[in-house]
Amino acid sequence: MQKISGRRKFILSMARAVGLASMGGLVWYSVLEESSHASLILRPPAALAEEDFLKTCIKCGLCVSACPFDTLKLASLGDKKPIGTPFFDARDIPCYMCEDIPCVPVCPSGALDEKSVTNSEGNLDIDMSKMGVAIVDPYACIAFWGIQCDACYRACPLLDKAIVLEYEKNPRTGKHAYLKPVVVPDVCTGCGLCEHACITEKASIIVLPREVAMGKAGDHYVKGWDEKDQLRVKDAKAQTYTTEISKKSALDGLNDNSLFEDDLLGDGF
Amino acid sequence: MKLKYLLARRVTQVTVLVLYILAHVIGLGVLEGNLSSSLLFGMIPLSDPFAVLQMFVAGSIITFDIALGAAIIAILYGVIGGRMFCSWVCPINMVTDLANWLRRKLGISQVQKRVYMSRSIRYWVIIISLVLSFVMGLTAFELVSPISMLHRGIVFGMGFGFSAVLIIFFFDLLVHENGWCGYVCPLGGFYSVLGKFSLIRVKHNVDNCTECMDCKTVCPEKEVLHMVSKFSATVTMGECTNCARCIEVCNDDALNFSIRKFAEKNNHH
Repeated sequence: MQKISGRRKFILSMARAVGLASMGGLVWYSVLEESSHASLILRPPAALAEEDFLKTCIKCGLCVSACPFDTLKLASLGDKKPIGTPFFDARDIPCYMCEDIPCVPVCPSGALDEKSVTNSEGNLDIDMSKMGVAIVDPYACIAFWGIQCDACYRACPLLDKAIVLEYEKNPRTGKHAYLKPVVVPDVCTGCGLCEHACITEKASIIVLPREVAMGKAGDHYVKGWDEKDQLRVKDAKAQTYTTEISKKSALDGLNDNSLFEDDLLGDGF
Repeated sequence: MKLKYLLARRVTQVTVLVLYILAHVIGLGVLEGNLSSSLLFGMIPLSDPFAVLQMFVAGSIITFDIALGAAIIAILYGVIGGRMFCSWVCPINMVTDLANWLRRKLGISQVQKRVYMSRSIRYWVIIISLVLSFVMGLTAFELVSPISMLHRGIVFGMGFGFSAVLIIFFFDLLVHENGWCGYVCPLGGFYSVLGKFSLIRVKHNVDNCTECMDCKTVCPEKEVLHMVSKFSATVTMGECTNCARCIEVCNDDALNFSIRKFAEKNNHH
């Protein structure tokens, strides 16, 4: 057998260690990649954005202990959520929106950011929290069927602000009204009292994380009827491009068959 | 009393957990939170410095409370206790002690082929956990730590967290003696490095030694007792957990706790 020099032995054993470490690291990476993202998780009030929350929360459970309603839980193996982080299930126990928000000031790591629920006078204001946003399933909600139910509307701590009732004539009977619950996303805190109160077998109004439930129109859409929104484009300048087609009038351009002559649409139909 | 240190360790381990449970259940303000981060007497922050290191590497903004808490713990173990967390506080120690006691009673080491594992695996695990924390922007070890799953589980509810604890129990019982605490656990490795120069140390007096080697049988980190029966010296390796099992098992008063004296060097090797 070939004798291995000391230097070679050292290099080989180091390479082996690095190889093993990479192998272990990759396994670990894939476990974390799959277990650390739960997009449908509801966090305590004043929580940082999920990405920052995950790196900042030290998983001490002080917020959980501080919660007087046992709303908050620390995720353990089997909850299918990032292990050790606080969350709540609104259908089970919603956030009861304590005025003094006991769960937030106890957070030592800043994962629950007191500033985000402090108003301009320097007081804690739970109405500023954005734990999620409620959405309604108009097919399962019996109020949309024309049956009178305003359980969510009444349960909402921001009564007639976060959920409003939209009145509409019921054409089926001709003499009744629909009282449809509609969520105002800017006001809704995501406390989940509506989801908890919903009387349908499976809740027809549920709270989802805002990033999941809310769309985004994009900056390039401007509300022309909104003076404030118009200010965003007050310095914008129109840019005019001239192409072959735009040299003619629009009507000519459309009626002109020259476009088809280049066989742009295949066989020229 | 023969097993006074064992008793003291169990009392400490259980007391810490009981204080956490009382804080969570009845709001007793002595020790709130868990071993990741807690509040002593409602005012002194304590934080796991390895968890904080991962948070820092992950890119989290470390708050003053967290930094202070980590500094207090780091100074406590770094200057005074050494790696005492592992044998005096960590609840996993009770699990692995049971597994290894059972292993000795059943004689599993006698029937089992020796599985080779390097003592330095834990230092590689530290490196991997920091690399993953940096790359993924989360606390890599905290999200999978069986230590956290156990203490968090005992205080806040276990879920399937006990399965992680069972894995460690069977790993130590069936795969490798002291396999988790002595080879794999990065937190143990972290405290080994941190506690390298701490004051409380085990000291060997070779004049009393009868070379029965009971201390090496019972020690979970046998390498630290390399001087036994050879020369008198203070245990200087950071891997020693100051568990005092060697002191208790020694019938000849050849091992005792001492305070490290930096003036007299023990350069016998």
